[in-house]
Amino acid sequence: MLALPPRRVLAALVLAALAGFALALAMGSVPGVLSALVDSSEDAASSAMVLWQLRLPRALSAFAAGGLLALAGSLLQALLRNPLADAYVLGVSGGAAVGALAALLAGAGLLGMQAGSALGAFVTLAALFLLARRAFFGRLHTAARVAEEASNGVLLTGVMLAAFSAALLSLLLALAPDAQMRSIMFWLLGDLAGATDLRAALAALVVLAALLAAAATQARPLNLLLRGDLQAFVQGVDVRRVRRRLVLVSALATATAVTLAGAVGFVGFVAPHLMRRLAGNDQRVLLPASVLAGGVLVLLADTVARTAMAPLQLPVGVLTALIGVPVFISLVRRL
Amino acid sequence: MNHATIECRGVRLQAGTRLLVDALELRVDAGSRWVVLGPNGAGKSTLLATLAGARRADGGAVLLDGRPIEQWDAQALAAQRALLPDGWLDPFSATVLDTVLTARYRLGGADEHGSRVAGEWLARFDCAALPPRDVRSLSRGERQRVAIATVLTQEAPLLLLDEPIAHQDPRHQALVVDELARLAGHTLVASLHDLNAAVRLATHALLLSGRGGWIAGPAEEVLNAEQLSALFDTRIDRLHTAPGVRFFAVRPPR
Repeated sequence: MLALPPRRVLAALVLAALAGFALALAMGSVPGVLSALVDSSEDAASSAMVLWQLRLPRALSAFAAGGLLALAGSLLQALLRNPLADAYVLGVSGGAAVGALAALLAGAGLLGMQAGSALGAFVTLAALFLLARRAFFGRLHTAARVAEEASNGVLLTGVMLAAFSAALLSLLLALAPDAQMRSIMFWLLGDLAGATDLRAALAALVVLAALLAAAATQARPLNLLLRGDLQAFVQGVDVRRVRRRLVLVSALATATAVTLAGAVGFVGFVAPHLMRRLAGNDQRVLLPASVLAGGVLVLLADTVARTAMAPLQLPVGVLTALIGVPVFISLVRRL
Repeated sequence: MNHATIECRGVRLQAGTRLLVDALELRVDAGSRWVVLGPNGAGKSTLLATLAGARRADGGAVLLDGRPIEQWDAQALAAQRALLPDGWLDPFSATVLDTVLTARYRLGGADEHGSRVAGEWLARFDCAALPPRDVRSLSRGERQRVAIATVLTQEAPLLLLDEPIAHQDPRHQALVVDELARLAGHTLVASLHDLNAAVRLATHALLLSGRGGWIAGPAEEVLNAEQLSALFDTRIDRLHTAPGVRFFAVRPPR
């Protein structure tokens, strides 16, 4: 497999992130707001407002949401040893959407919707791991075939949970008053228009950094876990402890991301795949690389989403899918 | 290498409700080479996984260095024993060298010394040209020899090998048996299906009937035509090819 030197990949991704931020801050319906960085006069006050209170929080939120989803996706793919796994496919994003929508219909505000989505994400993940706990935390699978079937079992359970969430969503949508349909639609497709709180954005970045650090401490054992539970255990990995930690990290990452940006799909799926092709499958490189790539992807997608048809804003989830699907298919075709 | 002994005291093994091994008493001393024989489904792989601490015995105790094996933590256990399982997962592509170097985990990861050790074991099992190859492009026989080199790269004194000569052509079958028999400083417990390979490798033998029964002892006492015929429920003759040489021929059933 062609793998580029890890340092070069990570350096390129950091540069791409910086370029993405510059682009996100510069682009928009109000031109020239970057001048507020050097100009502190009265004239620049409105530019400064747009820059610091609108674009920066939104850009940071986009990056954090993308990074969190990519982190959760790459962890779930590694834990299940299946390239199909991510929070979206396993129904976690769907569960979050049900929670948010239920809160909205109950008359809750933005905060209530965010709490509802976090709760929905956690309940779905809890249900997934409860239903599939034997496969996931039970005895070591001493035969390779059994291990494969067990991880398929988790994946199938997740797909079924996603279908169940989709049915619940349709039910709630059928009950929802017409006036709220549009904002519901946007949330379901993933939307960053509400992300204007700088402190919330910074908090999400801190959560991202903490979760990445926590995952990175398990990167070496995770490398071994990829080759089977039995193999990893025999070579000295405390399999159950590593699993427990990483499942918790991916649950927290998904819940934070959906709370921030709604049900953005494909990032958790595409970013790790893209990076695996570029940088190889060493989790010590793959985890930070996926986080950076996921962040850049959502940042760029959101910049396009709010500028392409300005003043109309598109939901960012539509853009990540429109970019993600062709990229992914071209990758799969080259496998 | 410091040598641990492994012991079974009254070990019972079950597959679901089916009794495989009952009240097994076994003491594997440092430096001995045990061969485990028995019909398909007799519990050979189950026994090896149990000895490795990867599954609990359904009764009795497995002691490593006198301490129940479930009390050992994974890292300390990895320094004492390695296991060749009966199959592998290669869900993502990786080079052969990186795959072998996973065995260095307990030693803090791959370093130059680790790469040298891995290279030496790969060469001894006729895999010298394989390190840069993708594991998923290997034939089953090649993949199996890479797995054996991985087990040895872990540098644990006790080796538990589940059918080490599976998938090997005649030349490599002989090579693997010979290399395993020549290992110095290792204790071996290996399941095999080839009786003549077993004779060449074993200092001791354990026969598992798959219905609870077992026979354990020095190879020259246990590996005889009558006991093997009874074990496999088929006629097995000893051929007298040369003085002192035991060579078994299996007759077709019926």
